[in-house]
Amino acid sequence: MAVLAASRPVVAAYRADRPFWRRNLPLTIILHVVLALGSLVFVYPFLWMIATSLRSLAGVGSSGASVWPREFLWDNYTRAVTSFPFWRYTLNSLLTTLIPIIGTVFSCALAGFAFARLRVRFTGVVFAVVLATMLLPGQVTMVPQFMLFNNLGMVDTLYPLILPAFFGSPFYIFLFRQFFSRMPSELADAAVVDGCGWFRMFLLVYVPLARPAVVAVSILLFMGYWNNFLGPAIYINSDKWKTLPLALAGFQSVNGTDTPLLMATSVLITLPCLVIFFVAQKHLTNGITFTGGK
Amino acid sequence: MNPTIGWIRQLAESWGVPAVLVPLVPFLLLLIALYAVIGLAAYGAKRKWPRADKTIAFWLFISPWLIGFAVFTVGPMVSSIYVSLTSWDLITAPKFVGLANYSEAFQDPRVAQALKVTLLYAVISVPLQTALAFLVALLLNADLPGMRFFRTVWYLPSLVSGVAQMVLFLWVFNPQYGLANDVLSKLGIDGPGWFNDASWALPTVILMSLWTVGGAMVIYLAGLKDVPTNLYEAAALDGAGPVRTFWHVTLPQLSPIILFNALTGIIGSLQIFTQGFIANGGPKDSLLFFVYYLYDNAFQNFRMGYASALAWILFVVIVALTAVTARGSAFAVYYETELSGRRRRLRRK
Repeated sequence: MAVLAASRPVVAAYRADRPFWRRNLPLTIILHVVLALGSLVFVYPFLWMIATSLRSLAGVGSSGASVWPREFLWDNYTRAVTSFPFWRYTLNSLLTTLIPIIGTVFSCALAGFAFARLRVRFTGVVFAVVLATMLLPGQVTMVPQFMLFNNLGMVDTLYPLILPAFFGSPFYIFLFRQFFSRMPSELADAAVVDGCGWFRMFLLVYVPLARPAVVAVSILLFMGYWNNFLGPAIYINSDKWKTLPLALAGFQSVNGTDTPLLMATSVLITLPCLVIFFVAQKHLTNGITFTGGK
Repeated sequence: MNPTIGWIRQLAESWGVPAVLVPLVPFLLLLIALYAVIGLAAYGAKRKWPRADKTIAFWLFISPWLIGFAVFTVGPMVSSIYVSLTSWDLITAPKFVGLANYSEAFQDPRVAQALKVTLLYAVISVPLQTALAFLVALLLNADLPGMRFFRTVWYLPSLVSGVAQMVLFLWVFNPQYGLANDVLSKLGIDGPGWFNDASWALPTVILMSLWTVGGAMVIYLAGLKDVPTNLYEAAALDGAGPVRTFWHVTLPQLSPIILFNALTGIIGSLQIFTQGFIANGGPKDSLLFFVYYLYDNAFQNFRMGYASALAWILFVVIVALTAVTARGSAFAVYYETELSGRRRRLRRK
């Protein structure tokens, strides 16, 4: 009830020219306390991870729930980077993240543009098929896809993790279609009058205007590809091609007791996502407004 | 490996292509050949029907998706049907066994266990996640100072995903040194064994999944901001209080987003894999998630036929559960288009 009253937007009919917290101070304080407690519960494991990553092995056993590290063993991070081929795995992770982002953005923007602006006879039907494949679980095609890549001689290389991205992904096609549909169609008409081909129009008129969508989709894709685990677990066997999540999983089963080292590695793996989140927070929220599914 | 592909690879090697790029060569050649055919066909079509350039452009634009759909979805699915009827270890030739894989799956107690664990996880975690994410979004939508900070804090855990999250929570829920049991012992409660206890392992994974509701939360938050203000004004003029406004304005307006999130949540939760993998299936198969069992059969035991049959069982389960959710909620979901359709009809009159 209290939540509902506070989260109702201020509209003319019951606005008293003052923000909510000035009108109802007790409720504001209660909500803030609830929020603060909830936030504490949520952020606590996160802080604990960072604190643990800075402790010694003996410190882990004695500190329990405390999130103040007390000792600052930055050496754990040095060990995390040196005790296994960290940079090699980082390179593999980057390769299987950045190249697929380019591929997905390009193929999905292309298809999304076609569904939004090139309305021809079968556009609707094909788009319905795209939406239907969104519900299709990737696991059904997991085994035969493995056999396909096995036939192509690509097992135990990074290619099975990179190449499929160049062939579109229904969810992002849908996002780009929504975005392009909202752009004025006069742009297309003007370009047609000027004798511009469809591809040039797409590349020179629509893509530059779709910058917010491209940025938002790229961020979402980064989080997905960077943390992908099932793909590498299926295709990668040799040490040389392991990605960071796969290496961490192997690390967990071998060095399961060296908690500070494991936590330091986990923090390092999470770090790029954190950095991107804080740098691009605004773009991400922009992107979410058209992720809504309406 | 296919003999033709092997031959192309040998050719590429003898031409001095770097070893890293060799596996790519046959694939690229196939793709170039395919696009040469498509390009020629498009050129021919354009000369024959010059006014159909929009149609041709449409098919060219969606051709990457179309090829991917054929090569990575339809083709594999069709071949998967056949493989599921064979016994195959990838090395010797597949042997046709009819429906033996399916009858084995229906008698396999581990399949039953995997289905039970996965369905329990989906049925419990998705409603909990949806409710929590929605509640948090309502809280964070409040017009109070400092909300930006709280939003960031609640979203932050979603950034720790997959393996890192599971590694972290194996320690958070470590019975001896973990965060959870230390907090509980300070409250005078003797904590359970969490991941080490067969009856606690699944609830622990569900609890863990609630930590990352931030992703769904921001979507609801965006949806709450999208609700037209005039609806609230109308409700206020009609004398609706906060509760009625919520039931008659906020919830109906957000219902499509909730359904969309619940559907993708169900599909995602049935595909849970990492947690089962890292925990090695958990004590007494308590975390034997279906995809993990499927993976184990296909890529550890190399029983491709059996794994394909399992994949089809999973497919049927996912489609059934999705259909039930979509149908069951149809009455509760409000679509903007219904209204605009009615308006259009009215206007025509």
